[in-house]
Amino acid sequence: MLVLIIYIAIFVAAYFIYALAYGNKAPKRGFNANKTITFGDESAVTSNRTASVISVITIFTIWGAFTGSSLVPLHVPGPFTGDTSFTYTATNAENQQDDAVVYVRVGLVGEEIEDPVAPEMANPGFAIDDVATIRAWRSGLIKVRKNDMGSDIEGYVVSAIDGQPIVPNQTVSVADGQIRMTGKGTLSFEPNQGWQMEAIWLPAPEAIVKRLIEISRDGYQNVTLSENIGWSLFRVVTGFLLGSLVGIPLGYAMGLNDWFRGWFDPIVEFMRPIPPLALIPLVIIWFGIWEQGKISLLFLAALWIMTISARAGVSGVSISKVHAAYSLGASKLQVLLHVIVPNSLPEIFTGARVAMGVCWGTVVAAELVAAEKGAGKMIIAASKFQQTDIVIMGIILIGVIGFSIDILMRYAERKLVPWKGKSD
Amino acid sequence: MSDQRDSILHIDNVSMTFTLPNGTSIEALKDVSLELKAGELLSVLGPSGCGKSTLLNIVAGFLAPTGGQVILNSNKVTGPHAERGMVFQQGALFEWMSVRKNIGFGLSMRKVPKNEIREKVDELLEIVGLHEFGDKAIYELSGGMQQRVALARCLANDPDVILMDEPLGALDALTREKMQGLVLKLWKDTGKTIILITHSVEEALLLGERLVVMAPRPGRIHKEYKLPFAEMGVAADLREVKKHKDYAAKREEILSMIWEMEEEIMGRKE
Repeated sequence: MLVLIIYIAIFVAAYFIYALAYGNKAPKRGFNANKTITFGDESAVTSNRTASVISVITIFTIWGAFTGSSLVPLHVPGPFTGDTSFTYTATNAENQQDDAVVYVRVGLVGEEIEDPVAPEMANPGFAIDDVATIRAWRSGLIKVRKNDMGSDIEGYVVSAIDGQPIVPNQTVSVADGQIRMTGKGTLSFEPNQGWQMEAIWLPAPEAIVKRLIEISRDGYQNVTLSENIGWSLFRVVTGFLLGSLVGIPLGYAMGLNDWFRGWFDPIVEFMRPIPPLALIPLVIIWFGIWEQGKISLLFLAALWIMTISARAGVSGVSISKVHAAYSLGASKLQVLLHVIVPNSLPEIFTGARVAMGVCWGTVVAAELVAAEKGAGKMIIAASKFQQTDIVIMGIILIGVIGFSIDILMRYAERKLVPWKGKSD
Repeated sequence: MSDQRDSILHIDNVSMTFTLPNGTSIEALKDVSLELKAGELLSVLGPSGCGKSTLLNIVAGFLAPTGGQVILNSNKVTGPHAERGMVFQQGALFEWMSVRKNIGFGLSMRKVPKNEIREKVDELLEIVGLHEFGDKAIYELSGGMQQRVALARCLANDPDVILMDEPLGALDALTREKMQGLVLKLWKDTGKTIILITHSVEEALLLGERLVVMAPRPGRIHKEYKLPFAEMGVAADLREVKKHKDYAAKREEILSMIWEMEEEIMGRKE
């Protein structure tokens, strides 16, 4: 909630600072964007680069600030660590009262913490000072009565903390945290947590970079990073190629022949809206959890998309192009090869982009279910050991690869079908 | 003026009735007969729905008539063939091929040797005034240039008859006038037999040795004219032809005829 408010505040503040700095003269890219002054002219809306840069910086700054990252100068308050103490007042069976101090040392998870040393007591009564160690972001029970004299006699209670009266199930605040009394009268100290996230929820950015370097060097669970990603990519490419190999000819057949269209229409239209993930259980039953199963799944994911795009490509050919080819003396086969196929390529490329995206998503999900190697397997294994840094690193890698695949497909599209979107 | 040329194309009592899914039928053409002599330039004019495009598609072999037949060089037309070239309004060029490949398409489909294709294409590029644009992509050309490519592509095949389905319909007025001159020039230089369909009265007058006006419902031939303007246009500037008083008179006559037809259709609808 706090993070969201800060984020919105930065968004608004950055907008006003930018508007103040540039006013109406904010530089815009492109001729269309500069000539219009009409609000509502969509063609004039370009992506503001400054906003994009600030947006990315903001995300990383907030991430850094809330995880105590060393890359970010500003941090929100972190959890309390170090030494603190509080005084408790005990009342014994004879209704006498005595104070004693609890010395607490709070350290981070994974650190060695030594017990603090309590100073010599000046005039010891029946309540004796205690020491305790507690981990940041955790709470710890402190059994203060254990070393107090007469605490085993009925009637002994801890009646106040730092002068504030306390009864079971009540919480009072002290200098560096909160003290709760359990139902049985034991004290539980919870040091202040601050606003920062614990690494187990969200590690700092540099921890993830460190982990990336470490994993790409040493691998994770005896599998190298390139092997994990390589296997995922191999499955995607194989499944996609098999799907295209069957889907494209099938789509052509459906676009060109009544019988094929009638026969396969119900199948394609039924299978198309089923998310590939819903097929995972069946595919596991039929083909098992290893390569055959995953590649069959990706094959099915790509198949319907490619079939439909090839069919759409055939339907999209204008009749005058086909007529022109025939009246120039082309045979049926020549019309298919020289007119229908090239004319359908833009549609097929669009389909291929969608199919690659779906396959990439599906492979990760399939690997989450069962795999020996793969990007999805790496993050699900890491999540079982609460290695959040590996999980986040894996998610970022999966995103980057998915994005790269799309960029690559778009590049191929520009090179191979340069006429796309340029005809009438 | 007696015409010594031989008839090569016979359109013989051609009828075309389309049956709609709801059972009603539409007579797009009824008993249309026409004869074309070799090297003749015929323009066909008519209000929309008079079946002029249907007629052209039947001659091209894309549609089979429900009655009658089309005979070219004493062979019955049964399907599309390279002997009947076609120029479409627009969008019939192959965007995935260069200008050169588009023009050579018919030849390469017939497996003509590559160097022969190249020679022929170079010659045609010169004729239609696109010699600098041979290696451009289709989408880099303007609409007028694209129609020049379409004309060249059709001529490359050396067809006996060229069928033009409103070839200049999508062009702006200035480009259109230029292209009309080109069509006349090509007709004169190559001596091709051409059927040109148009909805522009001016174009029909300028680009026809003979003009057929069609009437709708059912589609039929309403009137035929012999015209001198195409011959005049070959010799002189098209704009000069348009100033001719015969031209203006014919234009008025045909326009009012077509308006009458349109009004008759409107009246029948109400």
